[in-house]
Amino acid sequence: MARFFRASPTESRLLLVLIAICVFLSFASDSFFTLVNFTSLLNNSAINLIWAMGLLVVLIAGGIDISFAVAASVVQYVCVYAFDAIGGGNWAIGVVLAAGLGMGLGFINATLIHVFRIISIVVTIATFNAFFGLLMFLSSGRFLYNLPDWWTRRILIFEYQTADGTWAELTLPVAVMFAAVLATWVLINRTTVGRQLYAFGDNPEGARRVGVNVAAMQFIAFGWMGAMAGIGGLMQANIVQEVVPNALIGRELDVLAAVVLGGARLGGGRGSVLGCFLGVLLVAITQNGLNLLGVSPFAFKMVVGGIILVAISMSNLDFGTRARHRPGDDREETA
Amino acid sequence: MREETAVGIGAPPAISLKHVSKTFGGVHALDDVSFEIAQGEVHCLAGENGCGKSTLIKIITGVYQPDAGLVAEYFGESVASMTPNDARRRGIAVIWQDLALFPEMTVAENIAFETLVGGRPRLFSFGKIRAIAQKALASLEVEIDLEERLGRLPIAQRQIVAIARALVSDARLIFMDEPTASLTQSETNALLAVVRRLSARGVSVVFVSHRLAEVLDIATRVTVLRDGKLVGVYPTEGMTQSRLTELMTGTRFDTAVAARDTANNAPVLEVRGLTRRGEFSDIGFVLREGEVLGLTGLIGAGRTELGHTLFGMTRPDAGTIALDGRVLHLKSNRDAVEAGIAYVSEDRLALGLVQPQSIADNLVLPVLGKISNRAGLISRAARDDLVRHWLTELAIKIGHPSDPVATLSGGNQQRVVLAKWLATEPKVLILDSPTVGVDVGARAGIFRIVRKLAESGLAILMISDEVPEVYFNADRILHMAAGRIVGEYDPRKFELPDLEAAVYG
Ligand SMILES: Nc1ncnc2c1ncn2[C@@H]1O[C@H](COP(=O)(O)OP(=O)(O)OP(=O)(O)O)[C@@H](O)[C@H]1O
Ligand SMILES: [Mg+2]
Repeated sequence: MARFFRASPTESRLLLVLIAICVFLSFASDSFFTLVNFTSLLNNSAINLIWAMGLLVVLIAGGIDISFAVAASVVQYVCVYAFDAIGGGNWAIGVVLAAGLGMGLGFINATLIHVFRIISIVVTIATFNAFFGLLMFLSSGRFLYNLPDWWTRRILIFEYQTADGTWAELTLPVAVMFAAVLATWVLINRTTVGRQLYAFGDNPEGARRVGVNVAAMQFIAFGWMGAMAGIGGLMQANIVQEVVPNALIGRELDVLAAVVLGGARLGGGRGSVLGCFLGVLLVAITQNGLNLLGVSPFAFKMVVGGIILVAISMSNLDFGTRARHRPGDDREETA
Repeated sequence: MREETAVGIGAPPAISLKHVSKTFGGVHALDDVSFEIAQGEVHCLAGENGCGKSTLIKIITGVYQPDAGLVAEYFGESVASMTPNDARRRGIAVIWQDLALFPEMTVAENIAFETLVGGRPRLFSFGKIRAIAQKALASLEVEIDLEERLGRLPIAQRQIVAIARALVSDARLIFMDEPTASLTQSETNALLAVVRRLSARGVSVVFVSHRLAEVLDIATRVTVLRDGKLVGVYPTEGMTQSRLTELMTGTRFDTAVAARDTANNAPVLEVRGLTRRGEFSDIGFVLREGEVLGLTGLIGAGRTELGHTLFGMTRPDAGTIALDGRVLHLKSNRDAVEAGIAYVSEDRLALGLVQPQSIADNLVLPVLGKISNRAGLISRAARDDLVRHWLTELAIKIGHPSDPVATLSGGNQQRVVLAKWLATEPKVLILDSPTVGVDVGARAGIFRIVRKLAESGLAILMISDEVPEVYFNADRILHMAAGRIVGEYDPRKFELPDLEAAVYG
């Protein structure tokens, strides 16, 4: 435990805050600490978590992506027409197609960033607008309901009837989310590529000099983000059973906020799957709690903003290890 | 001391490079330089700051492409272009002057990073990484916590990590760009022993250092560069430091004790009973107007820690610091700067400069107030005057003041830091190891500046572990050991060897 604290100060702090909030909410509202509430929390967070995994990889590699939620919408539209054209399809084709399309869109970002040396925030703001404009233009803002049956069917991976007769259920997107979390964890913690992504985000010039393939890093990071965006889009349509061109717009900032809250650093080199997971859950639980307490949804954004400010300033303060002077961490002071 | 190499006569050179030139904007970093290194040879690259040593290394390792393409042989094979990855595959490892490490990653990951690049993506094990890192550190006879985040280590330990990283691979050729700049004597000795072992195994080592004694001790041949041009390649057999200096600079330097009598000058900085637990205790001294006070002692004696406290970066547990008779209560280095204390730190690369910003902007950073008008806008003319003044004063070799600081050679970056602090017109200047990584010519230049500043009334505390440096340039010398001041010397009354014996004991 002490070791975990030392090695992962951000994660352990988040965990403590999360526990504190849960304890508080358990007393403040009797519907919070129930199995039904927890399963619905997971169902509702699944899409954001899938996206967060993609964004985490981009942030670790020193980039940022604003365009992924719109990219997910693009993938949804293309998928609807593609399934129509091939006369149905199934989950296997769907996942491969959505991931592939998303990855393609991610590669567009990576190409612009790597080949034209434009910083990622500028590139993805541009592609955000381009994707969205194109989508609205081609779809004329139409909603699509003619989704294949397999796509919109609710698939339960867990169900349990509680004493009062209500059902606690977990749906397919949660399973997919866990798969995405696991895959991302393996990628960034267990593969050589993962270490290279961290190194590249941390010190790009240093990484280049020790032989890291810089182009590959951009394509892997934005490709992974794209694949997650596509899969998230596929799952989101499974939940809402329709495809709406502007349904996802704005979600990118919620996810970004949660990932940063989870300790990923804007600027690269830092971030973990656990922290990212906790960051998304913290935001979701706060929202859930405020809902249960009957607080206005407008106050919610304010509260989340506040949490993020506190979290970021705490991680900059680096408690406990700061008593002695340490070079390297004190750049601002002596410059 | 030199050992025979394990490679037979007639083996092709490890590297042979013909007629390379490299320009950056208007600067000729390298001008028609040819370079050759034999297998198993310890070869030294020598030259003043900015003469192109690091640039040559970067060209050989594919980080930069030469202007007219590469004409080279690597281990007997003709090569027309190079990338860092290709260089790595061919068995070339580098200890970069700026270390090129990953501050967010652990020590173990940094050291064993080599094993994580190249080839297909694959799984790796942290256990193996740790074992590899442990082995590399053991060969240097040092211990560093493998799980510590690199960014938390002091500069000297980071340097060791960078060295260990180059030893991990089975390199056939290792470039070491100023690996000893921030090492203690015993760490340096361990490194030199490693270099000898490598050379005996047939590994070639290209060694860059401004400590000429080291160079002559370790290398068999030395290639001298001056202003981007090749001066020549010389065997170190029979070479002397002063001859080498002459080749590097084209001029001769004489050394003489510069101490003057300053005992009657007005006191500026008075320190009494200064103590910080675990770092230093009961430090007392007076620094006078126009005086250069040398503070020497082994690394770890508490000199740098004392410097930090005098500069307000850490707080003393007991004792007082008084400036012009007024006791200071320094809460931060900002207070110290305001009171008139400037501090040029030992770790200039990490602490002093904003690398991507221009040379001019870096230089004026602490004096923005002085060059702004009433409305708080910076006056361009005032800025340019100030920048020009200090660039000429310190003879800083640059392309243009608007170039990023990152493009300067290591030694010239250090002069920019010095200029930056001098521009604040302090009353007390603390110089911590002012010549680390600075070449002989520039050292003489820096000391000339130090003397000139002292003559204009500035009180200077000069911290250095190189005894000759303080001996020749200070008016008075304090010897610090284990956190205490254990002796005071007047260079005019002592011989250098006696002083060295006392300090290095
Ligand atoms: N990327 C760059 N852009 C512009 N100028 C550069 C760049 N890299 C090097 N230079 C210039 O080329 C010259 C040679 O620099 P280099 O770093 O090779 O010197 P060096 O011999 O290693 O010096 P030092 O001993 O100070 O490290 C310097 O004048 C430097 O300013
Ligand atoms: Mg250099």
